[in-house]
Amino acid sequence: MSVPLEHDYIGLSDASSLERSSESSNISSDNVTNNVFNLKATELSLGLPGFGKISEENATKFGPVIKNYMSGAKRGFSDVNFNGSEKWGLKGGSEADLCKGIDGVFEKNQTQQLISSSDVKPVEVEKKGPVSENGSVPPSAKAQVVGWPPIRSFRKNTMATNLSKNHTDVAEGSLGAGGCLYVKVSMDGAPYLRKIDLKIYHNYAELSKALEKMFSCFTIGQCTSNGIKGQGLTESKLKNLLHGSECVLTYEDKDGDWMLVGDVPWKMFIDSCKRLRIMKGSEAIGLAPRSMEKCKNRN
Amino acid sequence: MMLLQPSMDPNRKRAKSVDRVDSVDSGSESFESTRKCGFPDEVLERVLSLIDSHKDRSSVSLVCKDWYNAERWSRRDVFIGNCYSVSPEIVAARFPRVRSVTLKGKPRFSDFNLVPEDWGADVHPWLSVFSTAYPFLEELRLKRMAVTDESLEFLATNFHGFKALSLLSCDGFSTDGLKAIATHCKNLTELDIQENGIDDLGGHWLSCFPESLTSLEVLNFASLNSEVSFDALEKLVSRCKSLRVLKVNRNVSLDQLQKLLLHCPLLMELGTGTFMQELISGPVTEFKTMFSNCKNLVTLSGLWDATPLYLPVIYPACASLTFLNLSYATLRSDELANLLAHCKSLRRLWLLDTVGDKGLEAVGSCCPLLEELRVFPADPFDQEIFLGVTESGFVSVSHGCPKLRYVLYFCRQMTNAAVATIARNCPDFTHFRLCIMNPGQPDYLTKEPMDDAFGSVVKTCTKLQRLAISGLLTDRTFEYIGKYAKNLETLSVAFAGSSDLGMESVLKGCMKLRKLEIRDCPFGNAALLSGLTKYESMRSLWMSACNVTMNGCRALAKEKPRLNVEVMRDEEGSDDSQAHKVYVYRSVAGPRRDAPPFVLTL
Repeated sequence: MSVPLEHDYIGLSDASSLERSSESSNISSDNVTNNVFNLKATELSLGLPGFGKISEENATKFGPVIKNYMSGAKRGFSDVNFNGSEKWGLKGGSEADLCKGIDGVFEKNQTQQLISSSDVKPVEVEKKGPVSENGSVPPSAKAQVVGWPPIRSFRKNTMATNLSKNHTDVAEGSLGAGGCLYVKVSMDGAPYLRKIDLKIYHNYAELSKALEKMFSCFTIGQCTSNGIKGQGLTESKLKNLLHGSECVLTYEDKDGDWMLVGDVPWKMFIDSCKRLRIMKGSEAIGLAPRSMEKCKNRN
Repeated sequence: MMLLQPSMDPNRKRAKSVDRVDSVDSGSESFESTRKCGFPDEVLERVLSLIDSHKDRSSVSLVCKDWYNAERWSRRDVFIGNCYSVSPEIVAARFPRVRSVTLKGKPRFSDFNLVPEDWGADVHPWLSVFSTAYPFLEELRLKRMAVTDESLEFLATNFHGFKALSLLSCDGFSTDGLKAIATHCKNLTELDIQENGIDDLGGHWLSCFPESLTSLEVLNFASLNSEVSFDALEKLVSRCKSLRVLKVNRNVSLDQLQKLLLHCPLLMELGTGTFMQELISGPVTEFKTMFSNCKNLVTLSGLWDATPLYLPVIYPACASLTFLNLSYATLRSDELANLLAHCKSLRRLWLLDTVGDKGLEAVGSCCPLLEELRVFPADPFDQEIFLGVTESGFVSVSHGCPKLRYVLYFCRQMTNAAVATIARNCPDFTHFRLCIMNPGQPDYLTKEPMDDAFGSVVKTCTKLQRLAISGLLTDRTFEYIGKYAKNLETLSVAFAGSSDLGMESVLKGCMKLRKLEIRDCPFGNAALLSGLTKYESMRSLWMSACNVTMNGCRALAKEKPRLNVEVMRDEEGSDDSQAHKVYVYRSVAGPRRDAPPFVLTL
């Protein structure tokens, strides 16, 4: 019996190369997701499907399409049916198609089901698409099973209260009994999301540092680490780092738009941030002008 | 399990052994008894009264009739693991001098909504009988019983020396019932309300404790949602000088907690309220001394909303803590590590999986004396996110905590190799409950079933008493269990097994099995009937969403009249339809007389 590789909590080895991780997870299922970490196929890129990395020139050209595609892409992810009978990913489908597929997937019936094991692991790992607004409908082919996992009602209800209080429903100013503000953080290419509590940070520097630590195992190149050493990172500095850096932090605001983190004052940011996403720097270039525009409009 | 001999007349007053023996039938017996029992029953009773363990007392009662009698007269504490296995009349008849009763009702899976409401386990029939049989009853501990406000009022007003009430996972009552207890129980020492299906109508119940009540030693209302009057609480705490356990609910602020702690420096167990304040400057230093006076604190829980800013407040108390319950505090790994650095004496630790594998590494390095670890999932139903702990965290703990004997671990991935390592590192496991949250999930590295994982646990951990299995499992797991788990008493199975053979192996091999609960497994009538001779030596069997049919259940019921074979049906079906939920248990009380319409006793 081989000794397991030294894994960090998410099961990736230190080298963090995604090829390595794909070997170690040893996924050999024969659906389209043969290699879960096949980024090319799974990337959420700014642009129409099939375009791959978008150049700066194209970004401006396709700027207006971004929002629509993004929302389509969101649903594209959640539309995936993991029963193994359908191909993974519905890229290239029209938004209408994507929408149609959703209803079949959002099962919330409380029937007990035996889940086929062969599809299980890939399913867990691939899910990085955004969830619906209130987070209450798990975009999964797996039905919720009654009484599973075996958690007592009191704990279930307490945790549910925590989550709904802490969820990014900032508009109403409800920040949870504990003053927590949990938002999901996803990173392109990473198989998992994290959740962080925005309330525990006081400025962008702290946030960046924490995220870097959290996602350091996923490092695709150096993510603005040189900009974060010690000194307070001002909003403008963060913006300046965007050019040429590998990773960029973006967030989805109350209106559903994806904005660059660092544009607005911290207070305004945590008031409007619903979720975070660490993008590849090149993809985010298209965002910057847009978010600045929006900021201008607000002010 | 009590061996009952209804022919014994319980009302006969105690007399010298010779007299008693004469009044029993056979002469030869009396001769033997006089020969054997040379000393008076009083002495025998005195000796036996020192025996606390229920198991030992059961054994004692089987020795001979005299010992049986001496034991029953000296029994103060009755434990009834299944309220339907016996009737209150039988209990009262056998044990005339009971002061404390522990009663468990519904099958354990009722905690997870698998048992319909109104299933039963009503405590009231027990209270009625006890009010005449045990008017001096002092303690009542109920688990998974149906309790109404009327029952609580009845309890409060009919048992004048009543002292201790503990309700865990019960349902059917409201805070009005608590009002009755607080108002009428003049000698109350313990009120322990945990995780019940309670109708919380407000916190006024606490204000019902009269000024004259000073005897409280245990007060736990952590799981109640409504705010109580702090003034009333403070006054209560300050006049109850013997208070050793205080667990408040989330509405009690840090400020308020600090005031409370001033009144009870002898506290041994504390459950805090919310552990943060809106203001983040100044007041933190105020709280620094809050715990310095708590020299006796061994248990700490609550810690709702604890943040890194306020956690250090508890550091002064950490060195002597043996039980730390952080399962409602969403801590991260570094916060936990900082905290645990102060907690060298920990024996029991409950966590949320927000601490991650890194947090568990800290557990492994800081807590060498750890015996019990429970890791609960913060987000068990959000299937999108992969958060929490993995096999690596568990392995880290096992390296650092070789004394581990109780583990409850919720995770989203596991490997056979990791579990084998864990078992090797911690061979003393008595309770191993592993919940891989995705049903039927294989070893995520090798894609194989998790059979070998549990195989290594049962082979290595010979003291194993309780096992809960999960993941993709074939019959091999059960073969291992049947072959090696010779001390196993409780087994929980879900979404596992390939055929009847699985269940059969367990029933055949596990000599000490007492409780078997199975859901969503492919075990059918053959498996059910293979345990024909076994079920009477067990407390109960639960099977739901398996392949058992009505005919199978009927066959079992026919062969074993001393078992209650109950089936819960969703709808009327043909004669040999699926038996959706089957609950089988031994009983000397016969079939239930209070069964609701959806429970069929065969």
